[in-house]
Amino acid sequence: MSSDPTTPAEPNEPLRPALSRTARRRNQVIAVTALVTVWVLLWGTLSWANIISGLVVAAVLLAVFPLPPVTFAGRIHPLPMLRFWLRFLRDLVVASAQVAWLALRVGHTPQSAIIAVRLRVNTDLNLTLTAEALSLVPGSLILEADRRTGTLYIHVINVASRDEVEQFRRGVLELESRIVEAIGSPDELRRVRDNAQPPPPDMEGASA
Amino acid sequence: MSLDVVLDVAASIFLIAGALLSLAAGVALVRFPDLLTRMHAAAKPQVLGLLLVLVGCALRLRTGVDITTLVLVGAFSLATAPVAAHMVGRAAYPTEDIRTDLLVTDELADHLDRIADERESSAPA
Repeated sequence: MSSDPTTPAEPNEPLRPALSRTARRRNQVIAVTALVTVWVLLWGTLSWANIISGLVVAAVLLAVFPLPPVTFAGRIHPLPMLRFWLRFLRDLVVASAQVAWLALRVGHTPQSAIIAVRLRVNTDLNLTLTAEALSLVPGSLILEADRRTGTLYIHVINVASRDEVEQFRRGVLELESRIVEAIGSPDELRRVRDNAQPPPPDMEGASA
Repeated sequence: MSLDVVLDVAASIFLIAGALLSLAAGVALVRFPDLLTRMHAAAKPQVLGLLLVLVGCALRLRTGVDITTLVLVGAFSLATAPVAAHMVGRAAYPTEDIRTDLLVTDELADHLDRIADERESSAPA
Protein backbone atom coordinates (compact mmCIF):
# COMPACT_ATOMS: atom_id res chain seq x y z
CA MET A 1 0.00 0.00 0.00
CA SER A 2 1.87 3.05 -1.18
CA SER A 3 -0.74 5.70 -0.47
CA ASP A 4 -1.40 6.88 3.03
CA PRO A 5 -4.69 5.41 4.23
CA THR A 6 -4.85 7.50 7.37
CA THR A 7 -6.03 10.66 5.66
CA PRO A 8 -8.92 9.67 3.45
CA ALA A 9 -11.15 12.68 3.90
CA GLU A 10 -10.18 14.99 1.11
CA PRO A 11 -12.24 18.12 0.79
CA ASN A 12 -14.72 17.82 -2.02
CA GLU A 13 -15.52 21.47 -2.45
CA PRO A 14 -16.86 21.64 -6.01
CA LEU A 15 -19.62 19.14 -5.21
CA ARG A 16 -21.77 21.72 -3.45
CA PRO A 17 -23.53 24.10 -5.81
CA ALA A 18 -22.92 27.80 -5.38
CA LEU A 19 -25.55 29.60 -3.35
CA SER A 20 -27.88 32.17 -4.78
CA ARG A 21 -27.67 35.81 -3.70
CA THR A 22 -30.72 35.64 -1.45
CA ALA A 23 -29.49 32.44 0.22
CA ARG A 24 -26.15 34.11 0.91
CA ARG A 25 -27.87 37.15 2.31
CA ARG A 26 -30.03 34.95 4.56
CA ASN A 27 -26.95 33.07 5.82
CA GLN A 28 -25.35 36.40 6.69
CA VAL A 29 -28.43 37.53 8.60
CA ILE A 30 -28.46 34.26 10.58
CA ALA A 31 -24.72 34.53 11.31
CA VAL A 32 -24.99 38.17 12.44
CA THR A 33 -27.96 37.35 14.69
CA ALA A 34 -26.08 34.47 16.28
CA LEU A 35 -22.92 36.52 16.83
CA VAL A 36 -24.83 39.44 18.34
CA THR A 37 -26.70 37.03 20.63
CA VAL A 38 -23.41 35.57 21.88
CA TRP A 39 -22.02 39.09 22.38
CA VAL A 40 -25.04 40.23 24.40
CA LEU A 41 -24.95 37.04 26.48
CA LEU A 42 -21.28 37.63 27.19
CA TRP A 43 -21.99 41.12 28.52
CA GLY A 44 -25.04 39.83 30.32
CA THR A 45 -27.31 42.84 29.82
CA LEU A 46 -29.55 43.71 26.92
CA SER A 47 -28.87 47.33 26.03
CA TRP A 48 -28.58 49.36 22.85
CA ALA A 49 -24.86 49.89 23.47
CA ASN A 50 -24.32 46.12 23.63
CA ILE A 51 -26.42 45.45 20.54
CA ILE A 52 -24.70 48.11 18.44
CA SER A 53 -21.18 47.13 19.53
CA GLY A 54 -22.17 43.52 18.87
CA LEU A 55 -23.25 44.41 15.34
CA VAL A 56 -19.89 46.09 14.72
CA VAL A 57 -17.97 43.08 16.03
CA ALA A 58 -20.13 40.70 13.95
CA ALA A 59 -19.52 42.77 10.79
CA VAL A 60 -15.76 42.76 11.36
CA LEU A 61 -15.72 39.02 12.13
CA LEU A 62 -17.70 38.12 9.02
CA ALA A 63 -15.46 40.33 6.87
CA VAL A 64 -12.25 38.85 8.26
CA PHE A 65 -13.41 35.21 8.60
CA PRO A 66 -16.09 34.61 5.95
CA LEU A 67 -18.18 31.53 6.75
CA PRO A 68 -18.20 28.62 4.32
CA PRO A 69 -21.52 28.40 2.47
CA VAL A 70 -24.14 26.34 4.28
CA THR A 71 -27.36 25.31 2.60
CA PHE A 72 -30.21 25.66 5.02
CA ALA A 73 -33.15 24.69 2.87
CA GLY A 74 -35.86 24.24 5.40
CA ARG A 75 -37.32 26.21 8.22
CA ILE A 76 -37.64 25.53 11.91
CA HIS A 77 -40.66 23.47 12.95
CA PRO A 78 -41.27 24.27 16.64
CA LEU A 79 -43.05 21.11 17.73
CA PRO A 80 -40.64 18.56 16.18
CA MET A 81 -37.82 20.79 17.44
CA LEU A 82 -39.15 20.48 20.98
CA ARG A 83 -39.52 16.72 20.51
CA PHE A 84 -35.92 16.50 19.31
CA TRP A 85 -34.58 18.42 22.30
CA LEU A 86 -36.59 16.45 24.87
CA ARG A 87 -35.44 13.17 23.36
CA PHE A 88 -31.87 14.50 23.13
CA LEU A 89 -31.76 15.48 26.80
CA ARG A 90 -33.17 12.11 27.79
CA ASP A 91 -30.58 10.38 25.61
CA LEU A 92 -27.77 12.44 27.12
CA VAL A 93 -28.77 11.34 30.63
CA VAL A 94 -29.09 7.69 29.55
CA ALA A 95 -25.73 7.87 27.76
CA SER A 96 -23.96 9.32 30.79
CA ALA A 97 -25.47 6.71 33.09
CA GLN A 98 -24.47 3.96 30.67
CA VAL A 99 -20.84 5.08 30.42
CA ALA A 100 -20.66 5.58 34.19
CA TRP A 101 -22.06 2.09 34.77
CA LEU A 102 -19.62 0.56 32.27
CA ALA A 103 -16.77 2.34 34.01
CA LEU A 104 -17.69 1.11 37.46
CA ARG A 105 -18.46 -2.46 36.45
CA VAL A 106 -15.75 -4.85 37.55
CA GLY A 107 -14.48 -7.65 35.34
CA HIS A 108 -16.23 -6.67 32.14
CA THR A 109 -14.54 -5.35 29.02
CA PRO A 110 -17.05 -3.64 26.73
CA GLN A 111 -17.03 -4.76 23.12
CA SER A 112 -17.54 -2.20 20.39
CA ALA A 113 -17.98 -1.85 16.65
CA ILE A 114 -17.27 0.67 13.91
CA ILE A 115 -20.18 1.01 11.53
CA ALA A 116 -20.89 3.04 8.42
CA VAL A 117 -24.29 4.69 8.16
CA ARG A 118 -25.29 6.46 4.99
CA LEU A 119 -27.61 9.35 5.75
CA ARG A 120 -30.56 9.99 3.49
CA VAL A 121 -30.16 13.76 3.41
CA ASN A 122 -26.64 14.59 2.28
CA THR A 123 -26.23 18.24 3.22
CA ASP A 124 -23.40 19.70 5.27
CA LEU A 125 -25.84 20.98 7.86
CA ASN A 126 -27.59 17.63 8.35
CA LEU A 127 -24.27 15.76 8.40
CA THR A 128 -22.88 18.12 11.04
CA LEU A 129 -25.94 18.18 13.29
CA THR A 130 -26.43 14.42 13.13
CA ALA A 131 -22.75 13.82 13.91
CA GLU A 132 -22.86 16.25 16.84
CA ALA A 133 -26.01 14.77 18.31
CA LEU A 134 -24.76 11.21 17.77
CA SER A 135 -21.69 11.80 19.89
CA LEU A 136 -23.85 12.72 22.88
CA VAL A 137 -26.51 9.99 22.71
CA PRO A 138 -26.01 6.48 24.13
CA GLY A 139 -23.34 4.29 22.65
CA SER A 140 -22.14 6.24 19.66
CA LEU A 141 -19.20 8.46 18.83
CA ILE A 142 -18.51 10.01 15.47
CA LEU A 143 -15.22 8.82 13.98
CA GLU A 144 -15.28 10.02 10.39
CA ALA A 145 -17.63 11.74 7.99
CA ASP A 146 -17.55 11.30 4.24
CA ARG A 147 -19.08 14.37 2.63
CA ARG A 148 -19.10 12.90 -0.86
CA THR A 149 -21.49 10.08 -0.05
CA GLY A 150 -23.00 11.54 3.11
CA THR A 151 -21.75 8.63 5.19
CA LEU A 152 -20.96 8.76 8.88
CA TYR A 153 -18.51 6.30 10.43
CA ILE A 154 -19.54 5.69 14.00
CA HIS A 155 -17.85 3.97 16.89
CA VAL A 156 -20.45 2.08 18.92
CA ILE A 157 -19.69 1.02 22.46
CA ASN A 158 -21.22 -1.92 24.32
CA VAL A 159 -22.50 -4.03 21.43
CA ALA A 160 -21.96 -7.75 21.48
CA SER A 161 -23.55 -9.06 18.30
CA ARG A 162 -24.40 -8.28 14.69
CA ASP A 163 -28.07 -7.96 15.65
CA GLU A 164 -27.33 -5.19 18.09
CA VAL A 165 -25.25 -3.44 15.46
CA GLU A 166 -28.17 -3.48 13.01
CA GLN A 167 -30.50 -2.23 15.72
CA PHE A 168 -28.11 0.60 16.35
CA ARG A 169 -28.00 1.47 12.67
CA ARG A 170 -31.77 1.97 12.74
CA GLY A 171 -31.35 4.17 15.81
CA VAL A 172 -28.98 6.44 13.91
CA LEU A 173 -31.46 6.85 11.06
CA GLU A 174 -34.23 7.62 13.56
CA LEU A 175 -32.05 10.35 15.03
CA GLU A 176 -31.50 11.73 11.55
CA SER A 177 -35.22 11.82 10.87
CA ARG A 178 -35.85 13.66 14.15
CA ILE A 179 -33.38 16.32 13.06
CA VAL A 180 -34.84 16.58 9.55
CA GLU A 181 -38.36 16.77 10.99
CA ALA A 182 -37.20 19.73 13.06
CA ILE A 183 -35.33 21.77 10.45
CA GLY A 184 -35.72 20.02 7.07
CA SER A 185 -37.29 21.30 3.88
CA PRO A 186 -40.39 19.51 2.47
CA ASP A 187 -38.18 17.73 -0.07
CA GLU A 188 -35.81 16.44 2.62
CA LEU A 189 -38.75 15.37 4.77
CA ARG A 190 -40.13 13.32 1.89
CA ARG A 191 -36.78 11.64 1.35
CA VAL A 192 -36.59 10.64 5.00
CA ARG A 193 -40.17 9.43 5.24
CA ASP A 194 -40.02 7.39 2.04
CA ASN A 195 -36.92 5.52 3.17
CA ALA A 196 -37.76 4.56 6.73
CA GLN A 197 -35.77 1.34 6.41
CA PRO A 198 -31.99 1.55 6.40
CA PRO A 199 -30.24 0.78 3.13
CA PRO A 200 -28.18 -2.43 3.12
CA PRO A 201 -25.05 -1.88 5.19
CA ASP A 202 -22.51 -2.41 2.45
CA MET A 203 -24.39 -0.40 -0.15
CA GLU A 204 -21.74 2.21 -0.88
CA GLY A 205 -19.04 -0.44 -0.90
CA ALA A 206 -20.85 -2.77 -3.28
CA SER A 207 -19.14 -1.48 -6.39
CA ALA A 208 -15.62 -1.73 -5.04
CA MET B 1 -39.02 27.21 54.29
CA SER B 2 -38.17 30.20 52.15
CA LEU B 3 -37.57 30.16 48.44
CA ASP B 4 -33.88 30.86 48.96
CA VAL B 5 -33.43 27.70 50.96
CA VAL B 6 -35.28 25.61 48.38
CA LEU B 7 -33.10 27.00 45.58
CA ASP B 8 -29.93 26.42 47.59
CA VAL B 9 -30.87 22.81 48.27
CA ALA B 10 -31.66 22.26 44.58
CA ALA B 11 -28.36 23.89 43.65
CA SER B 12 -26.42 21.61 45.97
CA ILE B 13 -28.14 18.54 44.53
CA PHE B 14 -27.25 19.61 40.97
CA LEU B 15 -23.66 20.40 41.95
CA ILE B 16 -23.15 17.04 43.66
CA ALA B 17 -24.74 15.12 40.78
CA GLY B 18 -22.56 16.94 38.28
CA ALA B 19 -19.44 16.30 40.33
CA LEU B 20 -20.28 12.59 40.61
CA LEU B 21 -20.78 12.29 36.85
CA SER B 22 -17.46 14.01 36.21
CA LEU B 23 -15.86 11.57 38.64
CA ALA B 24 -17.43 8.67 36.74
CA ALA B 25 -16.02 10.11 33.51
CA GLY B 26 -12.59 10.20 35.12
CA VAL B 27 -12.88 6.60 36.29
CA ALA B 28 -13.99 5.58 32.79
CA LEU B 29 -10.95 7.30 31.28
CA VAL B 30 -8.68 5.14 33.41
CA ARG B 31 -10.56 1.87 33.13
CA PHE B 32 -11.69 1.67 29.49
CA PRO B 33 -9.65 -0.60 27.23
CA ASP B 34 -8.69 1.69 24.33
CA LEU B 35 -8.69 5.23 23.08
CA LEU B 36 -12.02 5.12 21.25
CA THR B 37 -13.98 3.82 24.23
CA ARG B 38 -12.26 6.42 26.38
CA MET B 39 -13.50 9.17 24.11
CA HIS B 40 -17.06 8.07 24.96
CA ALA B 41 -16.25 8.91 28.57
CA ALA B 42 -14.84 12.29 27.59
CA ALA B 43 -17.89 13.14 25.49
CA LYS B 44 -20.99 12.12 27.48
CA PRO B 45 -20.78 12.00 31.29
CA GLN B 46 -18.32 14.87 31.20
CA VAL B 47 -20.67 17.13 29.22
CA LEU B 48 -23.74 16.26 31.30
CA GLY B 49 -21.70 16.65 34.48
CA LEU B 50 -20.61 20.11 33.40
CA LEU B 51 -24.20 21.06 32.47
CA LEU B 52 -25.45 19.97 35.90
CA VAL B 53 -22.71 21.97 37.64
CA LEU B 54 -23.70 25.00 35.53
CA VAL B 55 -27.36 24.59 36.49
CA GLY B 56 -26.29 24.33 40.12
CA CYS B 57 -24.24 27.50 39.83
CA ALA B 58 -27.12 29.33 38.13
CA LEU B 59 -29.51 28.34 40.93
CA ARG B 60 -27.05 29.56 43.54
CA LEU B 61 -25.97 32.82 41.86
CA ARG B 62 -29.40 33.97 40.61
CA THR B 63 -28.10 37.03 38.78
CA GLY B 64 -28.79 37.69 35.11
CA VAL B 65 -25.23 38.67 34.23
CA ASP B 66 -23.80 35.40 35.57
CA ILE B 67 -26.51 33.19 34.14
CA THR B 68 -26.00 34.43 30.58
CA THR B 69 -22.32 33.50 30.81
CA LEU B 70 -23.24 30.05 32.14
CA VAL B 71 -25.64 29.58 29.20
CA LEU B 72 -22.79 30.33 26.80
CA VAL B 73 -20.47 27.88 28.56
CA GLY B 74 -23.11 25.16 28.29
CA ALA B 75 -23.93 25.85 24.64
CA PHE B 76 -20.30 25.86 23.56
CA SER B 77 -19.41 22.72 25.48
CA LEU B 78 -22.36 20.92 23.84
CA ALA B 79 -21.16 22.09 20.43
CA THR B 80 -17.44 21.42 20.85
CA ALA B 81 -17.20 18.21 22.90
CA PRO B 82 -18.27 15.97 19.96
CA VAL B 83 -15.84 17.77 17.64
CA ALA B 84 -12.97 17.24 20.06
CA ALA B 85 -13.85 13.56 20.44
CA HIS B 86 -14.06 13.21 16.65
CA MET B 87 -10.67 14.84 16.05
CA VAL B 88 -8.90 12.71 18.67
CA GLY B 89 -10.59 9.52 17.49
CA ARG B 90 -9.81 10.22 13.87
CA ALA B 91 -6.20 11.09 14.59
CA ALA B 92 -5.74 7.84 16.47
CA TYR B 93 -7.48 5.58 13.99
CA PRO B 94 -6.16 3.23 12.63
CA THR B 95 -2.61 3.51 13.92
CA GLU B 96 -2.73 4.10 17.66
CA ASP B 97 -3.90 2.01 20.57
CA ILE B 98 -7.12 0.62 19.05
CA ARG B 99 -8.15 -2.80 20.39
CA THR B 100 -9.31 -4.42 17.17
CA ASP B 101 -9.90 -7.67 19.02
CA LEU B 102 -12.80 -6.00 20.82
CA LEU B 103 -14.49 -4.81 17.63
CA VAL B 104 -17.54 -6.71 16.40
CA THR B 105 -17.18 -5.13 12.96
CA ASP B 106 -15.05 -2.41 11.40
CA GLU B 107 -16.60 -0.78 8.37
CA LEU B 108 -14.21 2.16 8.37
CA ALA B 109 -11.29 -0.17 7.62
CA ASP B 110 -13.11 -1.36 4.49
CA HIS B 111 -13.68 2.26 3.50
CA LEU B 112 -10.00 3.15 3.94
CA ASP B 113 -8.90 0.09 1.97
CA ARG B 114 -11.21 1.14 -0.83
CA ILE B 115 -9.78 4.65 -0.94
CA ALA B 116 -6.24 3.28 -0.96
CA ASP B 117 -7.16 0.99 -3.87
CA GLU B 118 -8.73 3.84 -5.80
CA ARG B 119 -5.66 6.02 -5.35
CA GLU B 120 -3.37 3.22 -6.39
CA SER B 121 -5.30 2.51 -9.56
CA SER B 122 -5.61 6.19 -10.49
CA ALA B 123 -1.98 7.07 -9.72
CA PRO B 124 0.27 7.54 -12.76
CA ALA B 125 2.46 4.51 -13.42
